[in-house]
Amino acid sequence: MLYKNELIQSFLSGDMRALARTVSMVEAGDLQSLQLLAAFAREGKRARLIGITGPPGAGKSTLAAKLAESLLDRGERVALLLIDPSSPFTGGAILGDRIRMHAIAGRSGLYIRSLGSRGSLGGLSRAVPPIVQLLENFGFDAIILETVGTGQAETDVIETVDSVVVVTVPGLGDDVQAMKAGIIEIADVFVVNKADREGAERTARQMEEALKLGPSDVPVLTTIATTGVGVPALISSLDAHYQTMLADGELAKRRERRLRKALHAYAASLVSVRLAEWVEEQLTGHWADIESGRVDIYSCGRRLAEEFQKGR
Amino acid sequence: MEEKKPSERKRSFKNTSNIEIKRVYAAQDVTSDDGAMGLPGEYPFTRGVQPTMYRGRFWTMRQYAGMASAEESNARYRYLLEQGQTGLSVAFDLPTQIGYDSDHPLAQGEIGKVGVAIDSLEDMEVLLQGIPLDKVSTSMTINAPAAVLLAMYMAVAEKQGVSLARLNGTIQNDILKEYAARGTYIFPPAQSMRLITDIFAFCSEQVPEWNTISISGYHIREAGSSAVQEVAFTLSNGIAYVQAALDAGLRVDDFAPRLSFFFNSHVDFFEEIAKFRAARRLWAKIMTERFGAQNPRSQMLRFHTQTGGSTLTAQQPDNNIIRVTLQALAAVLGGTQSLHTNSRDEALALPTEESVRIALRTQQIIAHESGVADVVDPLGGSYYIENLTSSIEKAAAEQIARIDAYGGAVKAIERGVMQRDIQDSAYAWQQQVESKERVVVGVNQFQIRESAPRGLERVDASVGERQKTKLAALRSRRDNVRVQAALASLTQIAASNDNLMPAVLEAVRAYATLGEICDCLRRVFGEYRPEETLT
Amino acid sequence: MSQRSFIRVLVAKPGLDGHDRGAKIVARALRDAGMEVIYTGLRQTPEQIVEAALQEDVDVVALSCLSGAHNYLFPKVVELLRQQGGADILVLGGGVIPEEDIPALKQSGVKEIFTPGTTTQAIVEFIRAHAIQK
Repeated sequence: MLYKNELIQSFLSGDMRALARTVSMVEAGDLQSLQLLAAFAREGKRARLIGITGPPGAGKSTLAAKLAESLLDRGERVALLLIDPSSPFTGGAILGDRIRMHAIAGRSGLYIRSLGSRGSLGGLSRAVPPIVQLLENFGFDAIILETVGTGQAETDVIETVDSVVVVTVPGLGDDVQAMKAGIIEIADVFVVNKADREGAERTARQMEEALKLGPSDVPVLTTIATTGVGVPALISSLDAHYQTMLADGELAKRRERRLRKALHAYAASLVSVRLAEWVEEQLTGHWADIESGRVDIYSCGRRLAEEFQKGR
Repeated sequence: MEEKKPSERKRSFKNTSNIEIKRVYAAQDVTSDDGAMGLPGEYPFTRGVQPTMYRGRFWTMRQYAGMASAEESNARYRYLLEQGQTGLSVAFDLPTQIGYDSDHPLAQGEIGKVGVAIDSLEDMEVLLQGIPLDKVSTSMTINAPAAVLLAMYMAVAEKQGVSLARLNGTIQNDILKEYAARGTYIFPPAQSMRLITDIFAFCSEQVPEWNTISISGYHIREAGSSAVQEVAFTLSNGIAYVQAALDAGLRVDDFAPRLSFFFNSHVDFFEEIAKFRAARRLWAKIMTERFGAQNPRSQMLRFHTQTGGSTLTAQQPDNNIIRVTLQALAAVLGGTQSLHTNSRDEALALPTEESVRIALRTQQIIAHESGVADVVDPLGGSYYIENLTSSIEKAAAEQIARIDAYGGAVKAIERGVMQRDIQDSAYAWQQQVESKERVVVGVNQFQIRESAPRGLERVDASVGERQKTKLAALRSRRDNVRVQAALASLTQIAASNDNLMPAVLEAVRAYATLGEICDCLRRVFGEYRPEETLT
Repeated sequence: MSQRSFIRVLVAKPGLDGHDRGAKIVARALRDAGMEVIYTGLRQTPEQIVEAALQEDVDVVALSCLSGAHNYLFPKVVELLRQQGGADILVLGGGVIPEEDIPALKQSGVKEIFTPGTTTQAIVEFIRAHAIQK
């Protein structure tokens, strides 16, 4: 295990290459590799997690880059996780968001990682929490997570952050209607990007109307990510949201919810692997009954689950 | 009633534009619309822009060349002129095309590689030494910094005592296809368009015979588009330039006669001929109906053609001579105004002098021996050609309407629309080649065992160092007070709405370098970075 | 140590060359072969390419250059990768590259050079056979 010890040492000494390797190991979904996290534990150190989501073409990654730039400028260490969809057929993906990181590429205190939504065995929603924890342990002050806001997996991912920025652009028409329901529940800040396009004001007003139906006040901002217009206001808004959450205990609540969820998922996955193996072993004796129709799979499943628990 | 099909080689026959090709064409395949093709030299110029075409004068035989240093390129130009070439075509290296001096860190490894390195007026003087600028027409493949290179050319003319009014040539100056397909951009779209319209305005007064832009489909096709996409995106870009000039306050008939085009001649012989004819007709209609151009010269689509570089194969390179011959013939039958024929070894390296000569001879054989130049538009009236011309025109018009719906070419390019379409076509083509649905002789069929080709042209590795030494000497020798003053004034004008050309010309005369001039503009204009990505 | 179930490739265009048709076709073909492809666009310096490769923890760096600057750019990428702990990353090159340049490029550490006419399938197969998956 010399290699592993070396990796831990390098990680703790702040070597980005070691970080990149461990992210891969965790992403690969080997549950054992999560034990590495114990070696990296750091008390007290917490990163601020910002999620950016929205439809394709909304300018999320450009906005993420601008946000990162502002945070870097004020001395924070920033990690960016850029998530792109993978092909459901081949599992392959083109991860092209990095192309938009040109303005910040090469800056110190910055780590950029592209992830395919189906690249990890356990699914993205299972891989992201430990990756986020790795980044937190590595010492980043802010972690920005960017993903397309479609699909349950992506929504799950977005729920693992402290503040959610939902981005849209003018001219998506009915998509805005379709977005509303989901947005009201997850958005902390709403952004109409590409505000130099026709219809930006109208989109902003529509969203304000829609968001009024929600439980809390969600600010609606306009930005032009390519030029940085509106980005300072977005930062202030995020800062304000963070301070409010810190003060009223919402932040602690969100973190607890997130950690509990990840803990549950991890514990369940450990059991489920063992359970699956055990069920397969037992089945050899039962399969004839199932095949002939004497016993249905549900009765068999219930009995096996009871036996498994007794054996604990 | 469905006729029973006798067996044919394929279930269906299609060209690169995915247009279904029938077994045979007859009178009913040509509608009255196609019949409205008119005569050569008459609107809508389907059959050619002049009544006499090559009976008057052959097309300009113009081989694109440029290598390493200004000295070596100058020698190649003189050789080509001695061999009977009738126009120059200057290829610049990438640092020059992107506005970096040879001593810029990003230029390292690239100096003199794909063309000649030009850092200052001094290099341009060497490049054009002994070439009378009132006697040749010169085409310069330069886009983002076109204003600077044109200014250098004008400054050399001044030194030769040739008046600007007598200068003849073309700058490519087509930034939109750089964003869409070729990649040598510097400034953002709005500022680039301003540079272009400044050139239009300046030249319409001072250099009236100069073709101020060569709106290029060539590179769009090289990037993988179909023939229809080549026409549609090129003309969409053309529309954007015309609109920008009108918005800048120019009158259409003042600048439109100097617009020229540049197309690819690709593998499908008839599709290419029909493409050139369709492009001419479509542009004539656009200029008249959309922009109200009155001057026939504003309505004429005049174009340069280059045979398709991406159709050359590294395998059995001599086969490329035959490919080039067919493509050159298509360009001539399509009525091109000038032609570059590729050399057989260009899939391997820059061409040798011998290969370039064969390529030029190919044009000369078509012109002087084949007889095709003795009659105008010999294929006009062919059922197939007229039908295909109309099909391509119609399909291209639909694509142009689609680009219009995005708010025009600039917006469509910013959103990656053209880029995505081109990539899709390129990938489809590659898949057809790999599945052998499309045969490429010597590549996926009829292969032979080959030994490595010998005697390829090589760029002398020392050219970079020599260029840097020269540049350092210039920087210390020139009147740096004058340079600084010229650059300061350029910066000021860049921030205003005044025409930039006079200030660029003054900076060039003072021996400010290309990089220094472009850096001034970078500071005022910013730099373009693509936001569209691969998906 | 756990292993990824897929191969990660950085497809990069070093230098000033704007011809990205080949790079984009290769990127798509690798994606269709089930790989994860990181594409960083035009005009990347060797330093930027190496930084991206290390941060993204890729198995393969595929370089494309048609401008003739390969003899300078490709070895530079390999050298920087070695200096920064990425010696195990497979480096491939493609483009208009004369036969006589290939031995020196391979000597410098570029594992294979793909010239015009190469099928994407051949590239996929080479990567599958040679990438050291992490």
